[in-house]
Amino acid sequence: MKMMTYAEGIREGMSIRMRENPNVVLFGEDVGAFGGCFGVSAGMIDEFGPDRVRDTPISEGAIVGCAVGAAATGLRPIAELMFCDFLTVGMDQLVNQAAKMRYMFGGKISMPMVLRMPAGAGTGAAAQHSQSLEAWVTHVPGLKVVYPSTAEDALGLMLSAIDDDNPVVYFENKLLMGVKSEVKSLEPIPLGKGRIVREGGDLSIITYGRQVFDALKAAEELAKEGIEAEVVDLRSLYPLDTELMEQSISKTHKAIVFTEEVKRGGYGGELSAIIGEEMFDYLDAPVARIGALNTPVPFAPNLEQYYMPNEKDVIAAARKMF
Amino acid sequence: MAISNELMKDMYVRMRRIRDFESTAAKLFAEGKVPGFVHLYLGEEAIAPAVCECLRDDDFITSTHRGHGHIIAKGGDLKLMMAELFGRETGYCKGKGGSMHIADRDKGILGANGIVGAGHCISTGAGLSIKLRKTDQVCVCFFGDGSTNQGTFHESLNLASIWKLPIVFVCENNHYGISMSQARHQAIKDVADRAAAYNMPGISVDGNDPLAVYEAAFEAVARARAGKGPTLIECKTYRQHGHFEGDPATYKPKEEQAAWMAKDPLPRFARFLIDNGVMSAEEVEAVDKKVAKEIEDAIAFAEAQPIPSPESSVVDVYSDIVEEVRER
Repeated sequence: MKMMTYAEGIREGMSIRMRENPNVVLFGEDVGAFGGCFGVSAGMIDEFGPDRVRDTPISEGAIVGCAVGAAATGLRPIAELMFCDFLTVGMDQLVNQAAKMRYMFGGKISMPMVLRMPAGAGTGAAAQHSQSLEAWVTHVPGLKVVYPSTAEDALGLMLSAIDDDNPVVYFENKLLMGVKSEVKSLEPIPLGKGRIVREGGDLSIITYGRQVFDALKAAEELAKEGIEAEVVDLRSLYPLDTELMEQSISKTHKAIVFTEEVKRGGYGGELSAIIGEEMFDYLDAPVARIGALNTPVPFAPNLEQYYMPNEKDVIAAARKMF
Repeated sequence: MAISNELMKDMYVRMRRIRDFESTAAKLFAEGKVPGFVHLYLGEEAIAPAVCECLRDDDFITSTHRGHGHIIAKGGDLKLMMAELFGRETGYCKGKGGSMHIADRDKGILGANGIVGAGHCISTGAGLSIKLRKTDQVCVCFFGDGSTNQGTFHESLNLASIWKLPIVFVCENNHYGISMSQARHQAIKDVADRAAAYNMPGISVDGNDPLAVYEAAFEAVARARAGKGPTLIECKTYRQHGHFEGDPATYKPKEEQAAWMAKDPLPRFARFLIDNGVMSAEEVEAVDKKVAKEIEDAIAFAEAQPIPSPESSVVDVYSDIVEEVRER
């Protein structure tokens, strides 16, 4: 057992596979000597050298497309976009190339690439450096999407993402980077398997990423009022562990879907719809959906905090259910 | 440079194959037998065959929406191509790709591509992969003049240049980006000029002369294979048809079309081969007949193939997940 930060978990996951397989490489803006914008790849260039931990120019289209071409021809690349917001610039290569190649080509091309993208608000970085864009990629057939919340999950999901023969979009939460947690296992965590973080019999909070921690805060508060909330960390957004969602909701009969993204058109809407379509009979109350305001991410600290959903929104939504 | 008779004959066979395949595709499209969009390589046949003569099976190419010629030149199978155009289960892509998305990983064909400018980035990945796996393969990136106005063109040439990637960028300057003439869509005449911005060799050649293309490609491929980095070759040519079949191309001046038709690479190269004693007129005719039969066979094969089962549509989205079928 070892304590690791979230960033160290990501780094260790990449490093384990890079030690084993020379075809696993990392590239992106400032991932080399600079160590990555959030320090995730700090020191990796010393261990693996500048060929395999490779700085790229500021060219997001080329970064994502280079990963596509490399994956199609024998490497298992990990590409980093400095902020998930910059995906806009490399979107064609992810959506029209990486995601569709296997299908368009009749299953004959493999696409073992990982695209890392730090996401989320709370850093005062305003509208172009703070978004949560998971709905954009979960919408695209051919992509797998993960969003770890702890160091152990970050490590284990990274191993599985690298091992996967499909393009995996790997979201990282910026506010979690320095958060330490216990790493008990260095084993891969299968994509598509969620985790019960806190058990409870009265209400299911379906969430992922940093919201897991706000959900836990809410659960502690609600416990004082006699409401025992179960917190479900999905970890993978696609494939999605609907079995675990059903297992929890069939027990609690109430569900809150809690994500950081702009609420309109978010992945939370998809999760709510799945619950509505497939688990309606278990429900004693309408599904509550909590997300950010339907605005760009504002700059001023008080505005940004007002934009972001937090445990108070969860508590308020829960109270209405009882 | 000395180019062997054998090589010139083979080039002609490949050019003829493309010409016949494309003329037939045009006809089949007009008859309604081929659905979707079809962008033909007619008029540009001197380029891909000459370039691919410099390549091995394990070398890579990236292609474009106008990809049939690249695929045939790199050794693609005519029957599987035709079956794919017909949307059949046994086509190259099991009927899921069509004209714009044919790939053949065994022949190093990383796919035709419906997005203008997308292949450039993909070629950098192939180049990086070659470099890091330490092989002596090369990647040829085919693209049109229209795509040289995309950001990806500049991003990719820059990346290939700073990393000295083994890539040959082959611009097929057919003088049109859909309906917009090159004179209107960029302020330069020679796309090769753009190589200077990336400190790589840039050369313009007559793209309707396979020998001129071969010479330039030979040198660029050798340079890439030797680890000396990328080259930009511009082949000046002309798209004889519209952007896609069904486009009447009224934007092309008649005189311009006529002038380029007089430089049609097929009769021109056949005449050259005969005049220089490389092939006799009878030999040329024999090749033409043999190729015509190959195309006939490809059509017969395609027409006899089954259409894909609806359930097959949910397979191959992922390597390991089969999506839900529709109950109907």
